Amino acid sequence: MGVQEQYPFDVAAIRDDFPILERSVGGDPTAAGQDETDDIDLVYLDNAATSHTPEPVVEAITDYYRSYNSNVHRGIHQLSQEASVAYEEAHDVVADFIGAAGREEVIFTKNTTEAMNLVAYAWGLAELGPDDNVVLTEMEHHASLVTWQQIGKKTGASVRYIEVTDEGTLDMDDAAAKIDDDTAMVSAVHVSNTLATVNPIRELAALADDHGALSFADAAQSVPNRPVDVDDLGVDFLAFSGHKMCGPTGIGVLYGREALLDSMEPYLYGGEMIRRVTFEDSTWEDLPWKFEAGTPSIAQGIGLAAAIEYVEDIGIERIEEHERLLAEYAHDRLTDLGGVEIYGPPGDERGGLVAFNVDGVHAHDLSSILNDYGVAVRAGDHCTQPLHDKLGVAASVRASFYIYNTVEEVDALVDAVREARDLFA
Amino acid sequence: MGLGSDMYRQQILDHYKNPRNYGELEDPDFTHVGENPSCGDTIKLEVELDDEGETIETVSFTGDGCAISMASASMLSDQLHGMTVEELDSLDTDDITEMLGVDISPMRIKCAVLGRQVAQDGAKIHRGELDPDATRTQE
Repeated sequence: MGVQEQYPFDVAAIRDDFPILERSVGGDPTAAGQDETDDIDLVYLDNAATSHTPEPVVEAITDYYRSYNSNVHRGIHQLSQEASVAYEEAHDVVADFIGAAGREEVIFTKNTTEAMNLVAYAWGLAELGPDDNVVLTEMEHHASLVTWQQIGKKTGASVRYIEVTDEGTLDMDDAAAKIDDDTAMVSAVHVSNTLATVNPIRELAALADDHGALSFADAAQSVPNRPVDVDDLGVDFLAFSGHKMCGPTGIGVLYGREALLDSMEPYLYGGEMIRRVTFEDSTWEDLPWKFEAGTPSIAQGIGLAAAIEYVEDIGIERIEEHERLLAEYAHDRLTDLGGVEIYGPPGDERGGLVAFNVDGVHAHDLSSILNDYGVAVRAGDHCTQPLHDKLGVAASVRASFYIYNTVEEVDALVDAVREARDLFA
Repeated sequence: MGLGSDMYRQQILDHYKNPRNYGELEDPDFTHVGENPSCGDTIKLEVELDDEGETIETVSFTGDGCAISMASASMLSDQLHGMTVEELDSLDTDDITEMLGVDISPMRIKCAVLGRQVAQDGAKIHRGELDPDATRTQE
């Protein structure tokens, strides 16, 4: 077949780095791990929720725990120094990866959601008032939508949503109308986790800038699979998570322009972010530590740096090409199947995921049946309930791809969808 | 192939495609609506009791949702005929999975028990034992 010959890298060799892809499923889901009741090959297509972790990243994490586990920025002893250097250098790796000026602009958080909340609380609560508005899109993840909605309630700022067209793209005329001189923040998802739309972040950031507003890109679904450069995008803030790009859970990144981060008060107090404390007052550490209170996720930060090295070894442009190949192939095959409604733009204009429904089959039933064929997908609202309301469905099924996925796995998905459709016909 | 899931045996599919007691009653003693927000499943159940208000005489339901929740509500609506309100109160999750006759995976139990929850909540509200505002099924 033709599509396999277009793989931009050796997918079989990549799969060897992910032992979990070898496991079977189908047995008792209340017992963690594989056992003799599992008898169907796993087809893992839930990468937009979380990706798997390759051996070099697992090794980086275990190496930390086995050989230099220690708290950072506390001890003068050697282990603490080794841990501190590795943890700090992980910030440099991230800065290089996304084009930030340096570690001062890279704050480690728990995940994308916490990065959003950090800006909303540290900047939003201080700066927003009843005359201001925050502009989002109708395809925002709850992490952004709910956060700004609630900060709006606290500050009196209004929240506006740029409309999504019937084709699943942003209505940029509506964006130009909604972003005005009272706009203080424009926050938009880079790649939609439901529609797979790749949004014009550069244009939105420029519009924001024209009106003196700040811009924030939710890059949770873009940094793992396409080149992202904060200078090129022209954004003031950007956030993503480690666990969607071969890294561990518990580590996310907030990028912020240094001058802005400097002007913001801390969001959490205590621990690592402290410089000097008296009974009366306190001062803060320099960036980025000012925003990293308490003992941070040290192993996870080091694991994220290893994940970035892993992804860069493959080549981020090649990962983007691989995802485009699989998404277009899945889009075409599901369309050909008939009775399948796919949300979002055409196959060659989307990120590496496909959300859909099958006529007459509830998304949760479909997902259960796919699971019986070993196919792991997400079913539900994907943390975009208002968007699903607009689409007129309660839920959808989402297949999402990453570096180790193959054309044969897409075929397995399509075969299982056909079985489900026929079962309910 | 074509067997599909263990959860989707013929009986479940039959009740999903041809729900029993589907519709609304002329003069129900109580009506209750419940939903499962995580799935978007909604069930409205209507019940007529005997003159003593102790035994269920007629049941109907309408709803929208997955095959498990709809089939479960349909099968339950059959079982409730002639059952006392006390017996309805004592129905637990095991009774529902036994009624369905299939293994329900952990993530789908909420779907399976939605109909029972709506019936029990409706009966409690009817007897004044439950605040109608406090009956959101699950989150």
